[in-house]
Amino acid sequence: MNGFIALYIFMTAAFAGYEIITRVPVILHTPLMSGSNFVHGIVLVGTMIALAEARGPLEVSIGFVGVAMAASNVVGGFAVTERMLEMFKSKKNE
Amino acid sequence: MSLATEALYFAATVLLILGLKRMSSPRSARSGILWAGAGMVLAVIAAFAFSTRGYGMYSPLAGVGVSWPRLGLIAVAVAVGGVPAWWTGRKVAITDMPQMVAIYNGLGGGAAATIGAVELYSGHAYSGPLAFPVIAVLGVLVGTVAFGGSLVGFLKLQGWMGTVRIAGRHAMNGLMLAAVLALGVASIFRSSPGVIGMPVSWSISFFVLGSFIVGFLATLPIGGADMPVVISTYNACIGLAVALEGFVIQNPAMIIAGTVVGAAGSLLTFLMARAMNRTVRHVWFSDFGDQKAAAAVGLAQTMKSLEPQDAAAIMAYSDDIIIAPGYGLAVAQAQHKLWEMVQMLQKRGVKVRFAIHPVAGRMPGHMSVLLAEAGVPYDLIYDLEEINGDFANADVALVIGANDVVNPAARTDKSSPIYGMPILNVDQAKQVLVIKRGKGSGFSGVENELFFDPNTQMVFGDAQRVITKMIQSLKEI
Repeated sequence: MNGFIALYIFMTAAFAGYEIITRVPVILHTPLMSGSNFVHGIVLVGTMIALAEARGPLEVSIGFVGVAMAASNVVGGFAVTERMLEMFKSKKNE
Repeated sequence: MSLATEALYFAATVLLILGLKRMSSPRSARSGILWAGAGMVLAVIAAFAFSTRGYGMYSPLAGVGVSWPRLGLIAVAVAVGGVPAWWTGRKVAITDMPQMVAIYNGLGGGAAATIGAVELYSGHAYSGPLAFPVIAVLGVLVGTVAFGGSLVGFLKLQGWMGTVRIAGRHAMNGLMLAAVLALGVASIFRSSPGVIGMPVSWSISFFVLGSFIVGFLATLPIGGADMPVVISTYNACIGLAVALEGFVIQNPAMIIAGTVVGAAGSLLTFLMARAMNRTVRHVWFSDFGDQKAAAAVGLAQTMKSLEPQDAAAIMAYSDDIIIAPGYGLAVAQAQHKLWEMVQMLQKRGVKVRFAIHPVAGRMPGHMSVLLAEAGVPYDLIYDLEEINGDFANADVALVIGANDVVNPAARTDKSSPIYGMPILNVDQAKQVLVIKRGKGSGFSGVENELFFDPNTQMVFGDAQRVITKMIQSLKEI
């Protein structure tokens, strides 16, 4: 990937992230923080790739720890967010 | 990267962003996490289907496949991290969720840092232009600092650690950070004696360790009440770290999702701080909470206490009640009982509404989540701005385990540490009933003159028990 293309992606995604939550009610602050915590769990993909390509005990150990940590981020983040948001289901709003 | 893998990553990224978008509106919030979850599954499938990076011309390893034992090892690692997280995530009490968010969040930062560490130790990061080791080092720094800091946030919210303020900490943290930055710079160049006279693998190791300590120390002096803002800050930082490491291994899904979280998380941090009437700079660099011994002025009067039965009778014969819940409700897990009582009052024709202060409880939005869990419909729940004008018309304001958010000193007393914070004007109601566990002061350590007001009557006791007694008396009335 060309460095400048990466910069363009970075800039566009940053604007997208900003726009997405400009109008969020206070009651959703905590669930949304938890939800965005889950979304950065995408790091799991990167740790899996790193572990897949790791060579030698040191790299493999670090890679293993990385995958385990990322999996906690994803799974825990999902479980907690889902529980928080479950409370908003089937309730009429406005 | 094959076309199928590209398509999977693309779909995954779209789902993650749409999921986040849906989570920012109450109506679609629940479907949002499911969309994001589906996106995550697709991304993991894509990674499994094609585990080598799309490094293009920079990759020394392009095209190398992954052996079966290694795939097995990855699956074991996912189970090692995922199973306990699932278990704790499902079991933990609603009141303890903030610290769980903190810990899962921090682990994500640590994970981002490990990617950078593997890339640096293995030498992959040095095989392309200088931008790669620079970005890898930056990602490790941000991810590890956020990991150390989130860990402190977890320990504090869990109540396993208090606020620690070491004399001269600002200078010490500054020195520590300078040392870490020097080690980081040294880790960028893979020359054989190393820039600062130690092998590069050593400087990487010390760099990671130092970053962790910096994050840990920087978070130590921040009080528990400010933790939501701190964790939200780290959440945004970790998004950024993920994006940086995504660049290093050339994974667009990580770059985009990480950046979106970084931007959304930064904005969310400011929104949260504003809702708590703090500024982000204040939270990070001031010593709020030091003035625990804030003057107890004009508290010569005594509190009037009332039995739950009598309080129930007052409510049963009033027309308009506004309930202001706080952390005490969450601790006592009394939200279901409270809703039961409210329904009984409604059957008697009493108008009951809930007034939610943005920071009632331990996290912004905490009370809304709790009431929603008990089944309270949205149309009974009002924000501070929506309902504050109505207190003057209310017969009864029922305060349950809330303190600082209803303290009139925030309006009047300039010397009070909470001066200027918007509060619920419960003191304007014709009568104020307060359910409170004991006579102590609130989270900020400030005495509350509301409790001594002639118009206020205190019902002492655990919220769950008090409300249960109220329900019994309501049945008899």
